[in-house]
Amino acid sequence: MAESNLGTYSGRNEEWRLDLRKKLKNKERMAGSRVKMPEADPLSRIKSYVEVNSGLTEEQAVAEAQRCLDCVNPTCIEGCPVSINIPGFIKSIETRNFDNSIRILKDTNALPAVCGRVCPQEIQCEASCFYQTKLKKPPIAIGHLERFAADHARNSGKAFIPKITKKRNEKVAIIGSGPSGLAASGELTKLGYQVTVFEALHELGGVLKYGIPEFRLPNEIVDFEIDNLKKLGVNFEKNFIVGKTADFEDLREEGYSAFFVGSGAGLPMFMNIPGENYIGVLSANEYLTRVNLMGATKEDYDTPVFKGKNVAVIGGGNTAMDSVRTAKRLGAEKAMIVYRRSLEEMPARIEEIQHAKEEGIEFLVLNNPVEYLADKNGRVNKMKLQRMELGEPDQSGRRRPVPVEGSEYSLEIDLVIVSIGVSPNPLIPMSLPGLEISKWKTITVNSDTMQSSVPSLFAGGDIVRGGATVILAMGDGRKAAKNIHDFLQKKANSEMQANGQKNEQNKK
Amino acid sequence: MPKIISKKYLSEKVVQLEIEAPRIAKKRKAGHFVIVKIGKEGERIPLTISQADIKKGTITLVIQIVGVTSNKLSKLETGDEVTDIVGPLGNATHVSKVGTVLCAGGGVGIAPLLPIVEAIHKAGNKVISVLAARNKELLILEKEISASSDQVIVLTDDGSCGQKGLVTEGMEQIIRQEKIDQSIVIGPAIMMKYASMLTQKYNIPTMASLNTIMVDGTGMCGACRVSVGGRTKFVCVDGPEFNAHDVDFDELLMRLGSYKNEEAGAYKKLLI
Repeated sequence: MAESNLGTYSGRNEEWRLDLRKKLKNKERMAGSRVKMPEADPLSRIKSYVEVNSGLTEEQAVAEAQRCLDCVNPTCIEGCPVSINIPGFIKSIETRNFDNSIRILKDTNALPAVCGRVCPQEIQCEASCFYQTKLKKPPIAIGHLERFAADHARNSGKAFIPKITKKRNEKVAIIGSGPSGLAASGELTKLGYQVTVFEALHELGGVLKYGIPEFRLPNEIVDFEIDNLKKLGVNFEKNFIVGKTADFEDLREEGYSAFFVGSGAGLPMFMNIPGENYIGVLSANEYLTRVNLMGATKEDYDTPVFKGKNVAVIGGGNTAMDSVRTAKRLGAEKAMIVYRRSLEEMPARIEEIQHAKEEGIEFLVLNNPVEYLADKNGRVNKMKLQRMELGEPDQSGRRRPVPVEGSEYSLEIDLVIVSIGVSPNPLIPMSLPGLEISKWKTITVNSDTMQSSVPSLFAGGDIVRGGATVILAMGDGRKAAKNIHDFLQKKANSEMQANGQKNEQNKK
Repeated sequence: MPKIISKKYLSEKVVQLEIEAPRIAKKRKAGHFVIVKIGKEGERIPLTISQADIKKGTITLVIQIVGVTSNKLSKLETGDEVTDIVGPLGNATHVSKVGTVLCAGGGVGIAPLLPIVEAIHKAGNKVISVLAARNKELLILEKEISASSDQVIVLTDDGSCGQKGLVTEGMEQIIRQEKIDQSIVIGPAIMMKYASMLTQKYNIPTMASLNTIMVDGTGMCGACRVSVGGRTKFVCVDGPEFNAHDVDFDELLMRLGSYKNEEAGAYKKLLI
């Protein structure tokens, strides 16, 4: 991959870094303990949408940055899907050169304020931190520091808008304004292309807006990053569904010579058990969209949402945690996670599970719904559950849940949110018959270039991966942008050559 | 933002808006719908495109005033802007030459029926339309439907226009009169249920166009799910048209009432 060279460069031998390492001995650096993220009180935060993590203070951030040993071999960078120069930005925080810190982050990450909040650092950069791997001590709080640098930049009022050195005439269309699309749009605009992002919904940001709740990622942070992209020169068109409002052929005629598809997740999956279409059984996508995108809980907003007293959320991923914690904030007396495996296998981030527990969320693990029952109006009022036990590991490497015979019991509930995954958005594959699609209905791409079977079309994020994290989606967008650049340059060169030959022939 | 070019009341509770939307006008086919949202605080609702004018770059929507959003839409005047409109969505009607087609429209369902009647007629089919409404006042687009139909029967519940009776009575009259190769029914869910039962009795392949609750309309939320032939389908991406004989209309009717309480409260608040 093209990024691997960049990957290990951390600027470690720059003079200021050498000086900094001399200032404190490693022993002194290791004496400190990992910073604890200040949090809103659980009992008060469940009554509002206030962000749970309130962010490090400058002193906390500098002290945490001091713990970082600026390793010879910074393994943290290898743990990052987009190879952020982690020691570089952390050491800049230590010297209080916050401007440099954000500049380094923005080199590889278009949305550090977002990633600092929602990345699963505990299985990525922080899992590869020297403290964690060798010293068996809590790792550097890389995520918290990333967030600090991004928030500091935002609050400073300074705009870190890169200068565009070369303007190019080629137009590139980005489909979807979620993490992968935003990342791709930023990169391509920096390279000088004329970029337009087409968004199907009435708001920009994709899953960052409709999916992730404000108590984890405030909308104003997403909007700030989008505004920066606008200032950089990215065009945005909302209420525009490529494949419907205009198809690829139309856009080609309008001068677009390359496409990046980041259309994201689509159809929510259901379990296909009896009663699943009763009123009050809905997908996590629907529930979260009503609250996050449509403002269903805000005064004067028209979109309704169910407020359950006893809410069961089916699933154990981050979306399930977001849903169950949202239900608690909407006044649920009992908000529970129903998960067929055990806590250990739960795919949600540890921090989210921890926060959920603090907020009084109940965990019904090793339980699986088998049927929903309803009152005479069709409103769900009970669920039948089956207890499970763990058997042999399955293909995913996790132990397979096996039903315990005769263990069925029923539970009173009045709202069920199904959060067991999504299949990719079908609109793009449906509209481009020549496009190669996998059996999981994702767009097939060359994983080195993100190029699809249609040469001018690149794709990334959930439409390629099925279900991925924000950072992986952004990494895809960045990688695709580089390869779109290569593709367009090659195309321009061959056109130039062809024209040259034509001119030669004309001369003859 | 898309502008309203003209506004016309088809009846006291039914308003027709012609909206500037050149891209949608160009792409739309019979059967397509759009999602509309009014104001920052508005909800997203699906509305079938009734007509489109590619030259003018406009689409026409027919709205029955029943709740918060339809009420807000009806208050917009010529020159006002529609905050958000996106489409065309859903799958277009499959139009082919089959012979004689019985098109049944109930109430405001006559509006989405119009482009289908036009397309089917243009494809060389004999079109017999049965239009039904509660009363003369609520009967819409009779002239427009007639222009693309070989025969039209009008029924009203109170007999104030055409025959007195229900849509199914008109349909049965036609079915007895001649061989029907295909039927299309659009209207309130309850009307489609009975119309579908009737054509099933006579073994006439029938298509129904469903209008359900939707949030995004692009296959993301699943609010629009409906059981068709025992399997869950999404009206927004799998529909909106389905084999009527396979649709679980009782479930559809139940699900349409999902937010009845919440919506009634909001509507009352709006009217105060």
